[in-house]
Amino acid sequence: MSQGQDAKLFQRGKIQEFRAELLAAESKDKKFTKRKTVLKKIVANITMGNDMSPLFTDVVQCLGTPLLEIKKMVYLFLVSYGRSKPDQIHLVIPSFLQDCNDRNPVIRALAIRTMSYIPIPVVTEAMTDQLRHCLKDKDPYVRKTAAICVAKLYATDPKKAERGGFVEMLRDLLVDPNPTVVSNAVAALSEIGDRNDGVTFKLNFHVANKLLTALGESSEWGQIYILDSLLRFVPDDTKDAEMLAERIIIQMQHANSAVVLTTIKILLYLMNYMDNRKLVDHICKKMGPPLVTILSSGPEVQYVALRNILLIIQRRPTVLRNDVKVFFCKYNDPIYLKLAKLEIMYRLAREENAREVLAELEEYASEVDIDFVRKAVRSIGRLAIKVKPAADSCIQSLLKLIETKVTYVVQEAIIVTKDIFRRYPGQYEGIIPTLCENLDLLDEPEAKAAMIWIIGQFANRIDNADELMDDLVYSFLEESTEVQLALLTASVKLFIYKSSSETAKQLVHKVLKWTTEEIDNPDLRDRGFMYWRLLAINPAVAGEIVLVEKPAITTDSDRMDRGALDQLLLHTGTLGSIYHKNPETFIRGAAGRQLIDTPALNQTSRQMLVIVTHPNAPRAPVKVSGPGPLEPHREKQAPVRSDTMVETGNLLGEGNEPNVIEDEEEEGEEEEALSPHVKLEQVSQDPYADLDGVFGSHGDQVDEPQSAVSQASIEDELERAQRQRQQTSTGSEPAKPKRNGTFRQSIAAFNQISQLGL
Amino acid sequence: MISAFFIFNQKGEVIISRLLRPDLKRSIADVFRIQVVSNSDVRSPIITLGSTSFFHVRVNNLYVVAITKNNANAAMVFEFCYRFISICKSYFGKVDEESVKNNFVLIYELIDEIVDFGYPQNSEIDTLKTFIMTESIVSSATAAEESSKITTQATGATSWRRTDVKYKKNEAFVDVVETVNLSMSAKGNVLRADVDGHILMRAYLSGIPECKFGLNDKLVIDKSEKGLGDAVELDDCRFHQCVRLNEFDSTRTISFIPPDGEFELMSYRSTSNVKLPIKVLATVNEIGTIGVSYIVTIKTNFDAKLSASNLVVRIPTPLNTTNVECKVPNGKAKYVPAENVVVWKIQRMQGGSEVTLSAHATLTSTTSKQVWARPPIDVDFQVLMFTASGLIVRFLKVFEKSSYQSVKWVRYLTKASGSYQIRL
Repeated sequence: MSQGQDAKLFQRGKIQEFRAELLAAESKDKKFTKRKTVLKKIVANITMGNDMSPLFTDVVQCLGTPLLEIKKMVYLFLVSYGRSKPDQIHLVIPSFLQDCNDRNPVIRALAIRTMSYIPIPVVTEAMTDQLRHCLKDKDPYVRKTAAICVAKLYATDPKKAERGGFVEMLRDLLVDPNPTVVSNAVAALSEIGDRNDGVTFKLNFHVANKLLTALGESSEWGQIYILDSLLRFVPDDTKDAEMLAERIIIQMQHANSAVVLTTIKILLYLMNYMDNRKLVDHICKKMGPPLVTILSSGPEVQYVALRNILLIIQRRPTVLRNDVKVFFCKYNDPIYLKLAKLEIMYRLAREENAREVLAELEEYASEVDIDFVRKAVRSIGRLAIKVKPAADSCIQSLLKLIETKVTYVVQEAIIVTKDIFRRYPGQYEGIIPTLCENLDLLDEPEAKAAMIWIIGQFANRIDNADELMDDLVYSFLEESTEVQLALLTASVKLFIYKSSSETAKQLVHKVLKWTTEEIDNPDLRDRGFMYWRLLAINPAVAGEIVLVEKPAITTDSDRMDRGALDQLLLHTGTLGSIYHKNPETFIRGAAGRQLIDTPALNQTSRQMLVIVTHPNAPRAPVKVSGPGPLEPHREKQAPVRSDTMVETGNLLGEGNEPNVIEDEEEEGEEEEALSPHVKLEQVSQDPYADLDGVFGSHGDQVDEPQSAVSQASIEDELERAQRQRQQTSTGSEPAKPKRNGTFRQSIAAFNQISQLGL
Repeated sequence: MISAFFIFNQKGEVIISRLLRPDLKRSIADVFRIQVVSNSDVRSPIITLGSTSFFHVRVNNLYVVAITKNNANAAMVFEFCYRFISICKSYFGKVDEESVKNNFVLIYELIDEIVDFGYPQNSEIDTLKTFIMTESIVSSATAAEESSKITTQATGATSWRRTDVKYKKNEAFVDVVETVNLSMSAKGNVLRADVDGHILMRAYLSGIPECKFGLNDKLVIDKSEKGLGDAVELDDCRFHQCVRLNEFDSTRTISFIPPDGEFELMSYRSTSNVKLPIKVLATVNEIGTIGVSYIVTIKTNFDAKLSASNLVVRIPTPLNTTNVECKVPNGKAKYVPAENVVVWKIQRMQGGSEVTLSAHATLTSTTSKQVWARPPIDVDFQVLMFTASGLIVRFLKVFEKSSYQSVKWVRYLTKASGSYQIRL
């Protein structure tokens, strides 16, 4: 362990000084120490963001020195500035070429690696021949480096890479005797295959099996690349899927959590193609413990695991079914872990563990982080709705929390209480007086609206409902739309209950007048008019309509759509799985994934299949001649390429945006056609909307990845979200689909009445 | 894949910057500085803006940052950051601003080696050290032969071990280190108790030694095989790259060719039959709004031949505490106002003994409505030659073709730091 002493070189310097120092170093520089020092200073300045490119020719001069350390620094300089100096880069090419043919494999690899980092035509041109040699180098270290270079070349100049036959050479490396070469070739091919504008990369059973042989000997990173590529194998036969799964299942015992999660991704994928119930159960059982073990890694990896667990347990409910305890928050967990654990706890809660979960939630409700406390309180309410036998104790604990008089706790408690009333009509209305005592504490629209809903809905049981409403209406014009809507509906309800009360009459009149005359919001105004006419035409029928018995809400809508889940789980461990969004919806150019329908695909997965339509139409496979792991009877699954697609791909590349939007609409239709239950929920076109709704639509959820995503440049995503939010806020009732129902009902009734009346 | 790799200091200055793919410019560093370093309320280790995602890991006031432009494998990116940190530790000890600046050229060399075009590459520390050295290498013909040996190793099936290792005395040290996580309710019910175990090995063995490792006879690794009452049950275990997983799968033997030097052979987790070495009984009474009285008893719950050392008991006090009077028969107890805790330190405690602290906290009057959240009592300790899971190493056999004698040492340590909590 030797300590470097370079910190003193880490300071800003001037181009002139460095140039002079380099010049001085040309003479009398024993062991090249002077040159080394100047170069280090230059590298430090590159790091700090000082433009050192004017020193290009001076630095290149140093390539003559035989010190590897100096060569590496010069190469680093070239990687940083090579692109900006296309007119001078020819100076270094001879040196590159010489190094590519050095006897030392490390130098050969270094040279080809550095060249491929400089994506300008002169260098690429000089590199192609060298790369061809390097891909066949006798030393595996050079070959594994060259494999990645092909991916770089393809990124710079796909045509050149295809015409030069590099993709085929890469494919040949899939059967290289060296595991590292194999895994890098897989990584490079996967990247090229994900581009959607040229080569497709698929595996057949034979090659997939070969890759698995290399798996055991690969480095941990190599294992990730190989495992990941198995998504490109589409099983035609359930036996194939089962055999592959059995071969990789042990990888879940690996120390690297990325290997574990990637293995789980592949297992989840393969399970769609299995019909052996026993094996599926076995795999699910094996999956739990490794996931829990990841929770003793660093917090960042834990976070990745938790977000994925949330998806996995929805699709495979037996996984971790009895392990809710491991998700109890530690006092010193970072906030993002606590929030992620909270969601999992809610999801794993059921009658058997509800008591423990509730005890934990109560504990969290007394912590200091406001966001966390709010979600804990909300979870208590959700627990009451989800697990019927626990409802009593949940209500008790909410009441205790309301007694604390801490504003945000009380507000959150009231929001959930409203839902509990709807879930268990006629059971808990006794607590209304307690709620009413805290009216003054409410300052957030959502909480206020919830409280107003309660007052309106149960105006017949609250003696002083008219007084309360009168107070609340006082600031009507200053309130947010959400609260105004609630006030409007509540005052109508109040009037219907207490039509004899003078206050109620005045109140409803006042509110209706305001909404129809002073308010600009069309939603509010329209609803105002509707109520007004209802009341004017026939108050008795109006009462029947407004106070119609509401369907009890359930927690069914919490669960994500099965087809969407299947699709999302193909991204296990990646960013998409953290944000619970398909990557193509928030990352430009990201490749979407879907299950491919084959005879082996199991029935339910097929029914729920969500189709991703790629901007590019499916292309006809073209057979590539040459050696390689081609199997005569299954040619179509070998890596193929099509020359014609490169052109079309590039043409389409520019106009990607409009295409994407169309796709999404198609996707929506597809879903409707497939499952009738989606039809009911037309409001939530986004299949993930419901999941996010579990904890309400709070705008201030800082950790919520979507909030970060929505800053993205994907306008249509944003717009869609907004549309949805508006739709949600127009309703007076919480459960989206049902609300739509009652609303439509009342409109129908309204039409009928107006026909009769006029 | 990773498009750029940076290290920032606490002020947000870039001290390492390496772009790995052409889809990003260096100016992206400014975005991270604004979004994370100068943001006082960062609530996620991943931030996505547009298509660009920033992954960061903090270490000693440094930010190790990887930036991606695609749907990156998040677990891999973080594992890579962790690995980078552990490589740096192994090369120059501590990872802080000073040491990074002192070794920045070396770090660039390392980055160039362990990640290519954003794809993590072989990062076995032992192998890296054979060809990325702190002293200068002259590229000459003689080095070429040496290099091909290295490259074969760096890409081969046992990439973690050189073939020419020689020791005069062949020794292997095994450390079983267990961290106990406990969460106990105020009433003394165990809400959660688990053991996070690591088996660390330092192998100083010549040649290519084939090792076989044995744990307790009554060891249950798969929970579904339950049945034996007093057996040591591991919920899950994970192994170093060198352990043959297929062999473990079929015969439950842990066999491997170890890397040279120090490495983590295995990590495991256990939640059943956890033996809690320290018991805490706490009585905390709030006396109106003027004070809080504490009686906290610590009991050691293991063989009297063993002892716990470096005990630190942290007892929380309300935010408006002005002073705390403590009485302890053993160790030192002090009120630390900055953290709102009483810290009670005990150097050593014999097994089977107990000590009691009594204290009284005086409070000032306050206007805040919020009641005291009563954070838990936290205990840190170490107990040598004790495992909370009951795990024991039965044997470690070393086979080598020269069949030399080797000496093996085993140590056990059970500890807690920050995760042994008793609620009030």
